[in-house]
Amino acid sequence: MSAVAGGLAPQLVAFCDQLRDEGVAVGTAEILDAFEALEAVPWTDQADFREALAATIAKSQEDRRIFEVVFERFFFRVPEAQALERGIGEEHRFGGSGGLDVDELRAAIMEAIAAGRDGEMRDLARLAIAAFGDRGEGSGVVGVDVQRIRRTLGLQRGGQPDGEPELDRDQVQRFERHLRRELERGLIERTGKLPPSRPLSELDRALPTNPSQDLAAVHRSVAQLKRRLATLGHEQRGRRRRQAVDVRRTMRASLETGGVPLRLRHRPRRPRRPEIYVLCDVSTSVTSASVFFLSVLHALHDSFRKLRSFVFIERISEVTEIFERERDFRATSDRISREGGVADVSGYTDYGRVWLELREAISDDLGPRSTLIVLGDARTNGREPHAEVFARVTERAGRSFWLNPEPRLYWNYGDSVMAAYERHCTAAFECWTTKHLEQFVNVVAGGVERPDG
Amino acid sequence: MAASAQPDSAQQAREALESVGYLADEPAALVAFLAQRLGKPVLVEGPAGVGKTELAKAVSRATGRKLIRLQCYEGLDEAKALYEWNYRKQLLRIQASADGSDPGAGPVASEGSWDEIFSEEFLLTRPLLEAISSPDPVVLLIDEIDKTDQEFEAMLLEVLSDFQISIPELGVIEARTRPVVVLTSNNTRELTEALKRRCLYLWLDYPSVEREMEIVRLHAPELDDQLARRLVEIVHMVRQLDLKKPPSIAESIDWARALLLLGADQLDSSVLERTMSIIVKHRTDIDLVAERVGVRLDGPDLGAEATG
Repeated sequence: MSAVAGGLAPQLVAFCDQLRDEGVAVGTAEILDAFEALEAVPWTDQADFREALAATIAKSQEDRRIFEVVFERFFFRVPEAQALERGIGEEHRFGGSGGLDVDELRAAIMEAIAAGRDGEMRDLARLAIAAFGDRGEGSGVVGVDVQRIRRTLGLQRGGQPDGEPELDRDQVQRFERHLRRELERGLIERTGKLPPSRPLSELDRALPTNPSQDLAAVHRSVAQLKRRLATLGHEQRGRRRRQAVDVRRTMRASLETGGVPLRLRHRPRRPRRPEIYVLCDVSTSVTSASVFFLSVLHALHDSFRKLRSFVFIERISEVTEIFERERDFRATSDRISREGGVADVSGYTDYGRVWLELREAISDDLGPRSTLIVLGDARTNGREPHAEVFARVTERAGRSFWLNPEPRLYWNYGDSVMAAYERHCTAAFECWTTKHLEQFVNVVAGGVERPDG
Repeated sequence: MAASAQPDSAQQAREALESVGYLADEPAALVAFLAQRLGKPVLVEGPAGVGKTELAKAVSRATGRKLIRLQCYEGLDEAKALYEWNYRKQLLRIQASADGSDPGAGPVASEGSWDEIFSEEFLLTRPLLEAISSPDPVVLLIDEIDKTDQEFEAMLLEVLSDFQISIPELGVIEARTRPVVVLTSNNTRELTEALKRRCLYLWLDYPSVEREMEIVRLHAPELDDQLARRLVEIVHMVRQLDLKKPPSIAESIDWARALLLLGADQLDSSVLERTMSIIVKHRTDIDLVAERVGVRLDGPDLGAEATG
């Protein structure tokens, strides 16, 4: 550690502290590794410095995402704070752009963005801010100004008008980052203090809680889940504690060792291939969760062959076929909302009626190998819950699970009758993050619930 | 020889990898460099077919070290990964010594042969022990670590952090040289924190169009530039779709070679239809690709769509 210059060590530890605050598990061992790695790379190159830190500190893709954000924030704030402390300022902030031609500037920026030259982009970003400042359109809010400048310059993501080289989204975003940074820098210098640092939004980690949030985020987590579903249960098969000895094969193997059964042979365990029935609430009270639930359904359909799914609001409607025909998630959810045939008279869930209809529809098919999964908030809108009907359905099914998109704390408050149903389920789970979902999937696929999984 | 192959910077590591036919991006080159410099294991994660295993092979070629590979699968245990006593040989030895002694004494072996049968002579070395005990420095590749169970991971910890293996009957065997260890994972399950803590982490993703172009050109140099670009752009379009198994880099290379063999000089929907099975391996995927990509191929502005 002594080889690292005095100034950096505490900064690096502070940086790791911030990462911990954001939920990245950085141990002392990782920090020591980071120091060791930093001795091996030149610090003059930001890319090397960053990659060396990332390789030793961020140990998963999610961690890496958080690392990027915190890195940007931390190594921007630290020098700014130092500059403020020591009273170092740039002698003159561009007072005016000297009648800079916007078109020329735009062409230069386009070129720099296309070539991906960071230094040039930064200089041009400052010029753009100066030119923009002259026009007196600044709002003082960084985020708003970035977008205004981008529009003034006519930078669009994707194809540009009149045959100019096109820029992809990432490149434009990179320029936007420079703009944002320079604007912030100006702001810090004007006000003489750093803006309060905000913790990262929960967006990266929790499930999206409203439909306007990026569907792709849900899909990424479900894609991950899909892979896990496909292999789940496999790793459990290897060496189980309760395994049946295959006497025949053990005897056969003992021939090699002169009749002494040195090695036991076990009967392989066949993984459970469950038949699954899924009921998914798509009413307004769970709007936010139903996008997520539908994508879970979508993933389940890819992984289990014997799966029938139903959506319900007031009554149930089978959507198995829609999932089988459409592979694309967006198309599926469109079709379900368009022609799912959910008899939606009042738009309020009627769980009692749903159970009655469900019993009609599937109770003949249910058997000890079937698993029933209900995705819903158990809010009956004050109608008869018919828990006894639900009980009869679950009796016939081998296992039944309830996934509730509300935190356990809210269960049984208001019109939620979760307790009445929970009694009849094998287990009920709260399910509002991908982590919850993974735990649940583990149970369904016959695995054990791991504390760290 | 290995000492001279030790790179002094990430740039050198990158050039060394390039000289053996592996085009590494910056993070990969840097991690490969750090792994050799710090002597720490590297955990490489990423989707299937982005060259994780190939990275380990390339490091072995670039440094002139021997590659020892441990392919993981469910139910892999220490007998197949670390070492195993050669039961048969031990049994034969006991029987032989029993026969040699006084027949009336029965099958009780003398003191000496008991110790003897637990010596290195009766030890079957498996990949991990082989890597540890090798006199020359090696590259140890532990492939698809996520396929094993957690107990196995715990067993690896001793090897990975201290580069030693404890054998109860023999004592501790320590590494004579520090192996470069590469672990790969397809991320089908979360690895334990303890394992991750001991490793450098590298996430490999599908390469950008430019890089994949270079890779394809490296492996199929006769392919026309224009055609190679179009091919890579199509592969990227296909990866955008929600497929059961997106095409890997190896498959783009195979495809490029197939096009060479067929003598195709352009890639339109009919060529795609005939050769699609090289990059897509599921029937439903094939339908989807034919429907989404095949139709667009005959349009004029493919480039704009692929990069947009």
